[in-house]
Amino acid sequence: MTTQLTIGPVLFNWSAERWRDFYFKIADEAPVDSVYLGEVVCSKRLPFYAEYIPEVAERLAAADKEVVFSSLALVMNNRELAGVSELADQTDSLVEANDLSAISYLSGKPHIVGPYISTYNEGTAGFFVEQGAKRIVLPPEIAAATIAELAKIGVELEIQVFGRLPLAISARCYHARSRNLHKDNCQFVCGEDLDGMELSTVDGKEFLAVNGTQTLSHSYGNLAPELSTLLELGVSHYRLSPHAIDMVAVAQCFRDQLDGRLDAGEATARLSELALGVPFADGFFHGQAGVDWTPAEV
Amino acid sequence: MNKSLTAKKLELVCPAGTPASLRAAVDAGADTVYLGFRDETNARNFPGLNFSRRELADGVAYAHDHNAKVLVAINTFPKAGDPEAWHQAVRDAEACGADAVILADIGLLAYTVEHHPKLRRHLSVQASASNKEAIRFYAREFDVKRVVLPRVLTVEEIAALNDNIPVETEVFVFGGLCVMAEGRCSLSSYVTGQSPNMNGVCSPASHVRYEEVGDQLVSKLGEFTINSFGEDEAAGYPTLCKGRFSVEGSVSYLFEDPTSLNAITMLDALMKAGVTALKIEGRQRGRAYVTQVVSAFRQAVDAASRGEAMPDLDMSLLTEGGQDTTGAYQKTWR
Repeated sequence: MTTQLTIGPVLFNWSAERWRDFYFKIADEAPVDSVYLGEVVCSKRLPFYAEYIPEVAERLAAADKEVVFSSLALVMNNRELAGVSELADQTDSLVEANDLSAISYLSGKPHIVGPYISTYNEGTAGFFVEQGAKRIVLPPEIAAATIAELAKIGVELEIQVFGRLPLAISARCYHARSRNLHKDNCQFVCGEDLDGMELSTVDGKEFLAVNGTQTLSHSYGNLAPELSTLLELGVSHYRLSPHAIDMVAVAQCFRDQLDGRLDAGEATARLSELALGVPFADGFFHGQAGVDWTPAEV
Repeated sequence: MNKSLTAKKLELVCPAGTPASLRAAVDAGADTVYLGFRDETNARNFPGLNFSRRELADGVAYAHDHNAKVLVAINTFPKAGDPEAWHQAVRDAEACGADAVILADIGLLAYTVEHHPKLRRHLSVQASASNKEAIRFYAREFDVKRVVLPRVLTVEEIAALNDNIPVETEVFVFGGLCVMAEGRCSLSSYVTGQSPNMNGVCSPASHVRYEEVGDQLVSKLGEFTINSFGEDEAAGYPTLCKGRFSVEGSVSYLFEDPTSLNAITMLDALMKAGVTALKIEGRQRGRAYVTQVVSAFRQAVDAASRGEAMPDLDMSLLTEGGQDTTGAYQKTWR
């Protein structure tokens, strides 16, 4: 299995033009093999950029990138379910299932199990493979020992190696709540924070990032120092989760490391500059608190 | 068919953290008791709590003698490469005569279907099945008979669901309130390395500290301050999502206030929405608490089934900080 670099779906409420231009730039300049797009967090956001999806997909395909459509993580009503069903009905594209409804619709045809599905062991992974999963994107809360077990199944495994870690999803919108608004009348205030709204403790320690109904880590997950271990474990796909920073340079950094042109220490130093001072975390991989940062090779 | 005309009496499903609580719940009028084994196979893996195999067998006998049922929650996600404790739990639940198991993991559901096909299966809230297609999937693939709904849906959405699924639904009506979709939350694990999904704990006491800073009492989980209390405030437990945090200079309970779910005023609506069973959270609670809450809900369910007005029940001493909420059942919560 060759090693593939992927760009995960944009999780934040970027303007339609920013969203389109981000993917255009990835198509034109980023040394990645696979690109995921679609609305994972809040179904209310999709109409804003939906019209750009076909041309973005076309441009990515023309650049020889695999295009994957990601489904919504928390599906609560028939309107949202219809969207998942429509996505699953596409015959010519791969879909990343982020809710069991998508798994159900995609059963029997090749698909990707997304990181919002609780795949924690070989029993569950094996079931998904029998249903047609060709790739499983691991949830964030996963340790090296678990990856080793899942790799025995022989399915493609993808792990997020860069970007804020998705930690929770809710029916409640915390962006709206922070402005004393309800979700139904949210005024799309989440669009003000390109990388999520910073949440800190009362004594001023940076902690989490709020993205509408989603809660992410403040720290960027960074597994660049663990790449050689991940390769040995048999992980085939390496996900970079989009932020409003130079993602082409981030992708180049990982590409250079995978191709042996950059060692782990140099890569992390470069990523640190690109991340504009946001700290890194790798604790889940080491079976510790997720926020911990105890890199192996730096 | 108009469900309000055919609504059956709601089944009251009550928590038991110990054999004494099981007997208390049954004596107070529980139709069903749910519990877990004393290990990491269930989502209330707290010290001093839960059941040995012998205690389960005795508990089942006591419950069955009093026309009550026993459900065994095996609702954490088995450890990769080492699922034996979870498989053993399923085997022992069946051997002890449990009326059903409550499962979340797909691999464990598949195992149970294959090896214990006659053991009735309920889907845990930790599986986060929040829509009709996800529920149909679990019914089709694993023949689950009942789904415990995640605490994300409004009553209207629950009613719409029940018209379109082939299984029973059970909903939480009282106790601790997850504000995140259950089974999909790694907040506790991010801070402590211990999570509901993997370890059966959330914001575990082993990682909690209280410190005095000036005239404030500060509660910490791992290395993060979750709340800070002045002298005139009662200090609560630092459950991560009930903490006070700062956003853009403004301090608030951004995720949720320190509050408990209490849907006792909504039983009629839930009954009309086609719900089969009502679940009370709190296996970590003591026997006295179980007696009080179960007794109150017994009266309320009986009144609702007779179409009578809700009895006037003061639950404020049983809720966190004396506060309660109907949570996601009302759309404005979102």
